[in-house]
Amino acid sequence: MSDKRKQYWKGVEQLTNDPAFVKNAESEFPEFLPISDNPEGGSSRRDFLKMMGFGIAAASLAACEAPVRKAIPYVNKPIDVDPGIPNYYASTYIQGGDYSSIVVRTREGRPIKIDGNALSPLTKGCSNAQVEASVLSLYDNERLRNPKKGGKDISWEVLDKEVSGKLKSIAAQGGQIRIVSNTVLSPSTNRVVEEFITQYPTTKHIVYDTDSAEGMLAANEQSFGVRMIPSYDFSKADVIVGFGADFLGTWIAPIQYANQYTQTRKITDTKKTMSRHYQFEGNLSLTGANADYRTPLKPSDEAKAVVALYSALNGKKSDIPNMNKAAADLKKAAGKSLVVSGSNDPAVQVVINAINNKLGNYGKTIDLTTPVNYRQGKEKEYNAFLGEVKSGKVAAVIFYNCNPVYNTKTGTELSKALEKVSLTISTSDRPDETTKFVEYIAPDNHFLESWGDANPAEGHYSLMQPTITNIFNTRQVQASFMSWAGVADFDYFTYLKEGWEGTLSGIGLIWDQALHDGVFKLENSTEAPEFSADVNTAINSINKAYKGSDLELSIYQKVGIGDGTQSNNPWLQEMPDPITKATWDNYLTVSQAWANEKGITFIEGKSNMVNLTVNGVMLKVPVVIQPGQAPGSIGLSVGYGRTSAGKVADGRGINAYPLLSSINGTGSNAVISGVSVEVLEETYQVAQTQTQQTYMGRETVIQETVLSEYQKNPGAGRYHPHISTWQEESGETHPGTLSLWKGHKYKNHHWGLAIDLNTCIGCSACHVACQAENNIPVVGREEVINRRDMHWLRIDRYYSSAPDEELSEDQQDMMDSRKLELVAANPEVTFQPMMCQHCNNAPCETVCPVAATTHSTEGLNQMTYNRCIGTRYCANNCPYKVRRFNWFKYHDNSQFENINTAMNNDLGKMVLNPDVTVRSRGVMEKCSMCVQRIQDGKLRAKKANRPLKDGDIQVACASSCPTEGMVFGDMNDPNSKISKLLKIKDTEEADYLITKEIGEPRAYHVLEEIGVKPNVTYLTKIRNKDKA
Amino acid sequence: MAIPVDDILVKEEEKQNLSSVSVIREPLVTGGKTVHDVTEDICRQVEGKPTLSWMLGMAISLGTLGIGAYCVFMLLWEGIGVWGLNKTVGWAWDITNFVWWVGIGHAGTLISAILLLFRQKWRMSINRAAEAMTIFAVICAAMFPGLHMGRLWLGFYWALPLPNTFGSLWVNFNSPLLWDVFAISTYFTVSLVFWYIGLIPDFASIRDRAKNSISKAVYGALSFGWDGAAKTWMRYESVALILAGLATPLVLSVHTIVSFDFATSVIPGWHTTIFPPYFVAGAIFSGFAMVLTLMLITRKTFKLEDYITINHIELMNIVIIITGSIVGIAYITEFFIAWYSGVEAEQYAFLNRMTGPYWWAYWTMMTCNVISPQLFWFKKIRTNIAATFILSIVVNIGMWFERFVIIVTSLHRDYLPSSWAMFYPTVYDVGVYLFTFGLFGTAFLLFAKFFPVINMAEVKSIIKTSSRQNS
Repeated sequence: MSDKRKQYWKGVEQLTNDPAFVKNAESEFPEFLPISDNPEGGSSRRDFLKMMGFGIAAASLAACEAPVRKAIPYVNKPIDVDPGIPNYYASTYIQGGDYSSIVVRTREGRPIKIDGNALSPLTKGCSNAQVEASVLSLYDNERLRNPKKGGKDISWEVLDKEVSGKLKSIAAQGGQIRIVSNTVLSPSTNRVVEEFITQYPTTKHIVYDTDSAEGMLAANEQSFGVRMIPSYDFSKADVIVGFGADFLGTWIAPIQYANQYTQTRKITDTKKTMSRHYQFEGNLSLTGANADYRTPLKPSDEAKAVVALYSALNGKKSDIPNMNKAAADLKKAAGKSLVVSGSNDPAVQVVINAINNKLGNYGKTIDLTTPVNYRQGKEKEYNAFLGEVKSGKVAAVIFYNCNPVYNTKTGTELSKALEKVSLTISTSDRPDETTKFVEYIAPDNHFLESWGDANPAEGHYSLMQPTITNIFNTRQVQASFMSWAGVADFDYFTYLKEGWEGTLSGIGLIWDQALHDGVFKLENSTEAPEFSADVNTAINSINKAYKGSDLELSIYQKVGIGDGTQSNNPWLQEMPDPITKATWDNYLTVSQAWANEKGITFIEGKSNMVNLTVNGVMLKVPVVIQPGQAPGSIGLSVGYGRTSAGKVADGRGINAYPLLSSINGTGSNAVISGVSVEVLEETYQVAQTQTQQTYMGRETVIQETVLSEYQKNPGAGRYHPHISTWQEESGETHPGTLSLWKGHKYKNHHWGLAIDLNTCIGCSACHVACQAENNIPVVGREEVINRRDMHWLRIDRYYSSAPDEELSEDQQDMMDSRKLELVAANPEVTFQPMMCQHCNNAPCETVCPVAATTHSTEGLNQMTYNRCIGTRYCANNCPYKVRRFNWFKYHDNSQFENINTAMNNDLGKMVLNPDVTVRSRGVMEKCSMCVQRIQDGKLRAKKANRPLKDGDIQVACASSCPTEGMVFGDMNDPNSKISKLLKIKDTEEADYLITKEIGEPRAYHVLEEIGVKPNVTYLTKIRNKDKA
Repeated sequence: MAIPVDDILVKEEEKQNLSSVSVIREPLVTGGKTVHDVTEDICRQVEGKPTLSWMLGMAISLGTLGIGAYCVFMLLWEGIGVWGLNKTVGWAWDITNFVWWVGIGHAGTLISAILLLFRQKWRMSINRAAEAMTIFAVICAAMFPGLHMGRLWLGFYWALPLPNTFGSLWVNFNSPLLWDVFAISTYFTVSLVFWYIGLIPDFASIRDRAKNSISKAVYGALSFGWDGAAKTWMRYESVALILAGLATPLVLSVHTIVSFDFATSVIPGWHTTIFPPYFVAGAIFSGFAMVLTLMLITRKTFKLEDYITINHIELMNIVIIITGSIVGIAYITEFFIAWYSGVEAEQYAFLNRMTGPYWWAYWTMMTCNVISPQLFWFKKIRTNIAATFILSIVVNIGMWFERFVIIVTSLHRDYLPSSWAMFYPTVYDVGVYLFTFGLFGTAFLLFAKFFPVINMAEVKSIIKTSSRQNS
């Protein structure tokens, strides 16, 4: 301060710099101000106003009803639960005989996502749609909350007392007790059952399978003297021939087979070969859709075709299309081939065994020393059981997690006969058709709440551990059995652990480690038996039994719903069937020729209903015209027509189990006589997510070639669009070189996804994984018909167009563009997973008026839900049509209560991924490339103080892919898997992807010519066919 | 525009000569009207009791508005899902209606502004109603960008470049939808001001004739103290000219910018450089047709046959032939370019318009827009009131289908065949469209009753030069 300036002091205190003054000098009021103006105390006017304001606010707030929030904080934090940080537990998925080793991701004690366990030598980290979706079944509101007697809740004590008492009196009188179950993979459970049998010696354990493999088991017993199913190794096969076996979708162990199969289909610079796959089948299955050569045959011809192949291998030519070629290829690939059949007829399977034996496949592609346990059902025993029940010989039945009233042919007979059984118990964890007819229900835990083990194949073991405490008052079935057997306070965990500890220490493993890994392997000393069978008898019985008729029915399982056990799962209900793209229903698949004959059409999923009569049983079903359906055959799937499964499943479709037939003494999915169909006036619309069947010859969408062409030129089948510009002297240029935009520089990461169309089999595991990971709503049949499914990732299925020679005269005269819409009678099929392509020049980003969709610095096209006002302009301008709009409020909305169960009740909401917002009505959403996982991976690397490694981040679709057909990674990292796969070169002048050039000749971008420059890259589809 | 003083103060002996200023032209006002007759004829509606036909019209309009309002309520309550849109077709009736109404809203300003600049006096008896129609049509149009939003309540202010607390987050100036916001709000403001300025002298006339105090007060307030002085008239004329100058480019720009919604996209069938001129021509086409429809009704019910003459109708019909033909050429050019481009998706999009599942919409459009206006080449037809009335409605049906064809048939089958889908409207699609009809009808009827439907001041200026008063 200048000396010349005058200075005024506030008082003498300032001049003297009195310490008491300095202390408060900077305050607005250096002196103490009493709150009250009134020197005598009491309230001032100001206080009165304050209090009045507060009072009014408080009174009006109290008048508002505050929503009741049920978030309760931990009083004591559990040691192993950190809010916001997921825990992973190795466990095992078991559904009947289906198995997968899994890793369960839990958040705050809730399992929210299932992935495959990569440590398993069998499933190798793969899963499928049913496994992925099973986490939602845990939170099914329909699950039983208490044990029940006659439909009323009772306590476990009462139930145990009554059941034990009754069992004892039955046993004392020598009454027969039966335990009925599907295949039991758990050795410890088998021990428990044995102990139960020891206690009640009149007990017998009856095993049946919903999808019986009696034919194979019996055939192998004939051929090798052992009733078993061998391990198949498709990965070692150069030539694969399938007869109606949907081994990629539903047959025996599809997860493993799909993984093995695609290893032979994968093409790299160092491996320019692939297996050749022939399929002979009636319905177009997922497996048939992936075959190089597919011959549609009706079921009776399919059995004869097996014989024809056997003869062809012995030099007798066949007139079945592709058969001689298949035989020639098989002969060339002897010992490196595999022939499988889905038939349940031992005679057919014996011939298959003979073929494989002749080709020397045993010990090579078929491992007899490692039999698998997936199907153990004994049809004869089950039929005998049914007879006993009917004749009143059985005094007690325990249905152990099975539903024979629904999923056997003789369900109705059983339900009627159960009246004659004095004690009926079911251990189902949810009501089903069988629990309606039993007296006691002793609900089991869901497998995610259970301890357990599995022995899927000889020497291979997988452990199951609970990932959540029991949600309801349920009890593990093993404890129930033991309790009824008189063991009080049985602890299955201790039983399991003690049972294994000895064995585990023998191989140098401790229990905790085994539980952590989830899987372990024991020495397997089974010796391979020798083949010996009477093939001629088998051939004779085939020739005799398969007379064939004009119309034959093939009953099959759908990839999503399977045998119907999980049909109350809306994710699976709305998962489009990989082939028909239909949801929520089953239907009769018919050939175009048959439809023409009957004069029915199939437009936008709409067609006539038909009355299907099979040996006296009549059902009314909708129709889907299925390209590739064998002439003279029709198909119908099981798994629908549930009546007491819950609100989601009940009344959807019709139950096909009663239609099952039998041939040569075993149950059969094929009904080769007594089938008739009557077309009704009534129409019905099947909800399909895709109604245009062909890709209209658009090479910019699907690019494919045959193997021989690829071997000559790895870039074969690629479509290179060119455009003319005024400045080009050379004439034409690549459209990618012309752009209005300056492009993006990605300094840190540049995320990309590569999808190999050659390994994508269309199984839809990614589809459900995406739904689970990203809280994607389910919209229901009506809304699917309205074309408003919300899936962020869809799998486009394209058929090839009809060749000219297949067209009728009227069709010959059509315009070319109309002709392309017609599907070939036996089409080639291509699957193309389609999700947000994360374009570098994204058309959606420019048109959003509020900048709700923007480009990230790492190449992602990101949605800001909060900012979105829902103009849908972005969706219109998306060339890939991958954006999804929230037409309604899908959560907490009574209209979607029975459809979108994951967002409409407190239990269902537990499955939601807390890292992903549940979107509100009126906003747009789409694939985010699992941005929450990217963020999580980056944060984990940052915390560990290290750079991000390739593989730290895995998107949900890629991690669920059983065929490793999707590769996600950082395209800026030259060592990442995706960079190597696509051979990405960094270059400032690259003409296509900004500053990056894709070196892989097979790589292409869908709709390359519009220059949106996606970060999702596809690799051409290659078929191992002769050049057309 | 100007009302020369000597026109009013004509000498008695010169009257004979003035009556035939242009003998070769059709007179613009018939029936031997005097200046006083004009005032009487036009103020009759404003001052009299509502007629039965007006009451009936109002009842229908309010009924439609009510039904429509219910549909709008359901739309806002349930979500956009009550419409028939889907994952493939994200816009259908909403934006079709929007473009259709905006198109209709073109005629008013075109008639008053451009024809003013070109000194086309025949516009004088129709411009008031045409401008009113413009204002109401733009209001109806503006309903749709609002109602089609998933979250209208946020769209109101997020679509405007308002300062906010979101930091750098602002509107996206790249988006044609944002351009629409500016284009339409500007157009609406200018049109409204232009219309209102024109109304002031007439409000003053009504004020001066008013017999009860309410009318006097209301029209007094509306007329802003108009005193009819020469100075006031001079200022009035200057303002009118300036606004006409401002409005003229807007006539062209609004639909140009609306067409950018489509032209700047990547969708085959939308991605077309011809859209701006094609849309403007189409807008004038539909706007004139709508003016005709309304004028023919007003003329009949308000007995204004002497002011809105066959001559007017014929001139309007000529504009319709011209713009209709431009639109027709544009359709053909689009096809040619689609074929010539060699772009597969583009070729398919146009082939699909003609022969695909929506062929009927395409051929309705072609019949109504290209073929039907050609009938106006015949003088008998273009001077026939019934024929004109029917064709004016046909043209607007055609123009609605034009927008439907552009929006729905382009979207429903675009690049990836897997996503191809159909669009089926629901009752709510229809209901919300009806809502705007109710709104338009109500507003127009209120205007017709309480505002002078013909610009008295301007028409008086041509009474001497172009009327048959003394012949």
